[in-house]
Amino acid sequence: MPVELVFLIEQLLNGLLVGVAYLLIALGLSLIFSLGGIVNLAHGGFYAIGAYIAVEIGNRFGFPAAFVAAPLSVALIGVVVERLLFSRFYRADPILSLLLTFGLAMVIEQALRMAFGATPIPFAIPPFLRGQVFIGDFIYSRYRIAILVVAAAAVLGLWLLLQRTAFGRVVRAGVQNPDMVGALGISLRPYLTAVAAIGIGLAGLAGVMLAPISGVHPAMGVEILTASFVVVVIGGLGSFWGVVAAGLLVGVVRGLTIYFVPPAAEASMYLLMLLVLLVRPRGLFGERILRFE
Amino acid sequence: MTEKPLDATRLSAPLPRRRVLQGLGAAAVLGGVGMPAIVRAQADTITFGHLTPLTGFLGPLGAYGQMGVQLAVEEINAAGGVNGRKVNLIMEDSVNPATASAKAERYIERDKAAVIIGEISSASCLAISQVAARNKIVFVNTGGNSDALRGKDCNRYMFHVEGANTQYVKAVGAAMLRDGLVKGKKLFFLTADYAFGHDLSRVAKLYINANGGQVIADELVPTDASDFSAYMLKIRQVKPDVVISNLAGNQITNFIKQYAEFGLPFPYGGFGFDTAVAWGAGKGNFGGVWPCIWHHDVSAPASKAFVAAFVKKYGKPPENQAWGDYVATKSVARAMTETKSTDSAQIISFFEKEPKLDILKERQGYYRAWDHQLIQEMYTITAKPVAEVKDQWDLMVLGKAVPGADDALDAIAPTPAENACTFPA
Repeated sequence: MPVELVFLIEQLLNGLLVGVAYLLIALGLSLIFSLGGIVNLAHGGFYAIGAYIAVEIGNRFGFPAAFVAAPLSVALIGVVVERLLFSRFYRADPILSLLLTFGLAMVIEQALRMAFGATPIPFAIPPFLRGQVFIGDFIYSRYRIAILVVAAAAVLGLWLLLQRTAFGRVVRAGVQNPDMVGALGISLRPYLTAVAAIGIGLAGLAGVMLAPISGVHPAMGVEILTASFVVVVIGGLGSFWGVVAAGLLVGVVRGLTIYFVPPAAEASMYLLMLLVLLVRPRGLFGERILRFE
Repeated sequence: MTEKPLDATRLSAPLPRRRVLQGLGAAAVLGGVGMPAIVRAQADTITFGHLTPLTGFLGPLGAYGQMGVQLAVEEINAAGGVNGRKVNLIMEDSVNPATASAKAERYIERDKAAVIIGEISSASCLAISQVAARNKIVFVNTGGNSDALRGKDCNRYMFHVEGANTQYVKAVGAAMLRDGLVKGKKLFFLTADYAFGHDLSRVAKLYINANGGQVIADELVPTDASDFSAYMLKIRQVKPDVVISNLAGNQITNFIKQYAEFGLPFPYGGFGFDTAVAWGAGKGNFGGVWPCIWHHDVSAPASKAFVAAFVKKYGKPPENQAWGDYVATKSVARAMTETKSTDSAQIISFFEKEPKLDILKERQGYYRAWDHQLIQEMYTITAKPVAEVKDQWDLMVLGKAVPGADDALDAIAPTPAENACTFPA
């Protein structure tokens, strides 16, 4: 294989990986918005909480413990937040829930800053995932491949949950037509809680997986949230595979831009969003959801 | 408890896309709204205004800047204040150049600040210095490195405790030359894409070219980038002899960590550095050779006293940014005490006589009269072998002070030919 091609493939794979990180955040955002109508600006905050929990647990009990405990505890926090806060705003003007989650994001960031300080906290890649994988000319970080596997499993698991279970059927029906779900005598309340727990738990999962790479600091959530919103918008609200495709697309476009036109790297995803919205105002695979029109 | 069967009404409430977008816009605007001033000025006190970024990629350093200035003011007030008046410290997040400028204006107009101290971003330094010059108030820059601030953008009201990029480049450059990393070598630059990075890259290229090296690539990295993998792949493809970071703040931490993650074999280092970035990278990841303006292992007695006081107050050793804001505050207090005045003209003429100042280093420093740069020793930093690391702060080996004891203190500072400054009348 020519060397140039190997580098190009590496950049592509690398872009996919970056996209996968956005994806874990974006899927949760999309899910919570589709069912409850809440634009969760605090989603990045939960990602940061996940990373901090990972550091605390990882330094005491090792990485595997952190890997299990961080998403679960963040999901638990998600349940509390949904019950106490989100549940009061499903019916309200969306501006109010925006203000709520915006405020929550600031509270989380400042609380982390007060508790752990503003300086980035070191969190090392676990020893068994350190090093690189060599396949011929192809060299890649072992840990990043592990992230790719975990994220793919999470995406697949979520898809199966939504498509193949009774739970998923109610959620999908609730997205499209909550009145009809109600008329059939099903309360959406527990589903709203569960969806918030899953979505926020996914942010926690992204937090523990990315902590060793991106550095653990209070503002880490803000960085990733913007990109994740772009992913949701490009993918289209309510579309699972739209968000997946958009996440990967944003990652790949960013990777290739760094390769060919480095200074435009951060602008590339916004340009992509602009182009997609011009051609498809509902996003790539956005469905027509009546109550959001 | 019986629940209502379904929140049909609540969920079917119309949520027009346009409303959501309006809300997102409103949220973005709210993000720019600042926090109120912490303390109000009082008549019988002297107000020191402090500005530094607390959020964004320089935020972690700014937090140390605030700790440094608070400790200095506490010590000044404990010793009776300045000319019998207590110092009243006001601190805010400078956020970005536009906000920094507006807040500096407010400090002067509303709070009657006698001096402004702080900042890290070179772009914000420029903005604050313009406000300071217009209002004839002294601004002491504690963290902005760009040579342009001391050169074409210099002004009479701005002083610089922070080293100029040239001082950083020449300090670490000597070590790189010695280790054979410059002459006849191909260097790959990664540069922070804002005022500081552009300036550092320019100064570094002059140095590399003058010493027989060749810069084969200079990649601009956005300041909010946290993933460097694409750059790592590119570096491996280009196969340079040496990789150089002209990055800033969190960027350096992520660069160092991901360099270790990808196991790149090329020697590396940087021309800009702060100790917090090495702490963030952690044991086993930190490597390379870097310049440093001050480090908590500097063995001067005054430095040890400062470290002890800082550890007592905050429970951790000071970062070099804490040193900068501490030293700046102490120097301003000294100028006010010796001139028995808070008048800007008096402070400036005091400093322009180039009095020797204790800056917590072996050799005393002074603000150079023609560009107001603090002339001082610098250091180099390398990684401590993992087996010798005692705690999370102990990752670095501090090199000898540069320039050496026999050389002139301004040997590493920019010359008038390199960075001419004429103060606007």
